[in-house]
Amino acid sequence: MEPVTQITLNHYLALSGVLFMIGLIGVMLRRNIIVIYMGLELMLNAANLALVAFSRFGAAPNLDGQVMVFFIITVAAAEVAVGLALMVALYRLKQTTNTGDLTSLKF
Amino acid sequence: MMLEPLTFWILAIGLIVAAWSVILQRNPVASALSLAAGFVLLGILFLTLGSSFLMMAQIIVYAGAVMVLFLFIIMLLDLKTEEKRPVPYARLTVAVLIAAAFGCFLGTALTVVPRGGEVLSWAQPAPPMDAGRIGELLFAKYVLPFEVTGVLLLVATVGVIVLGKKEAK
Repeated sequence: MEPVTQITLNHYLALSGVLFMIGLIGVMLRRNIIVIYMGLELMLNAANLALVAFSRFGAAPNLDGQVMVFFIITVAAAEVAVGLALMVALYRLKQTTNTGDLTSLKF
Repeated sequence: MMLEPLTFWILAIGLIVAAWSVILQRNPVASALSLAAGFVLLGILFLTLGSSFLMMAQIIVYAGAVMVLFLFIIMLLDLKTEEKRPVPYARLTVAVLIAAAFGCFLGTALTVVPRGGEVLSWAQPAPPMDAGRIGELLFAKYVLPFEVTGVLLLVATVGVIVLGKKEAK
């Protein structure tokens, strides 16, 4: 019962790893470019969870990890704005968001 | 005493279900809403780790701003539910295999985490982690990255406007 009733740093890290893997599967599996983007967001958030967990459990718990997460959230927000603008531009050009149809750079 | 594990497991299971729902839904709007739910659950997990500031940032920025952007674009592009296609088993197998390999790697890494077995107890006094201290760190130790982030946001804003502009014919 101990692994279930005692929440440790490893629990948070394992949850973060599982989230990251689900995001990775989504990125590799899906063909809709917006859903691929959501998978990327999941992976970013998994990394954030690991950072916050480390900042709480470290040998000398401090806030550096949380400041890092703060920067990641900021940069991710900017990244989403730019990425979605790219998708709008792409849709205007090709009328699709399916990566299977975006092959003009293929030999 | 049982409150910490119970909260953690409820949040963890909810988060994993939401994440699966994001990548398996055919309708992009449903994916986006699952993602919003996942962001909120993750914010509450941050709170269990004693970080109320990040919970607020997570919910305002991710569950608020980022999700509005996603839904806005989905509505704008008028994406319909993907038509039923045969499940791409080959791709699914490869994706799961790569993820499993990555999972083995992570599992091995978990066994050597220093202090990995330390138990979280809310009764233990957490180190002071309020927004004020984060602000002090941001404006003293991390002032250069902070300024650079400001420039980055400006560049992103300009870039988005340029990308979104209709090309003059």
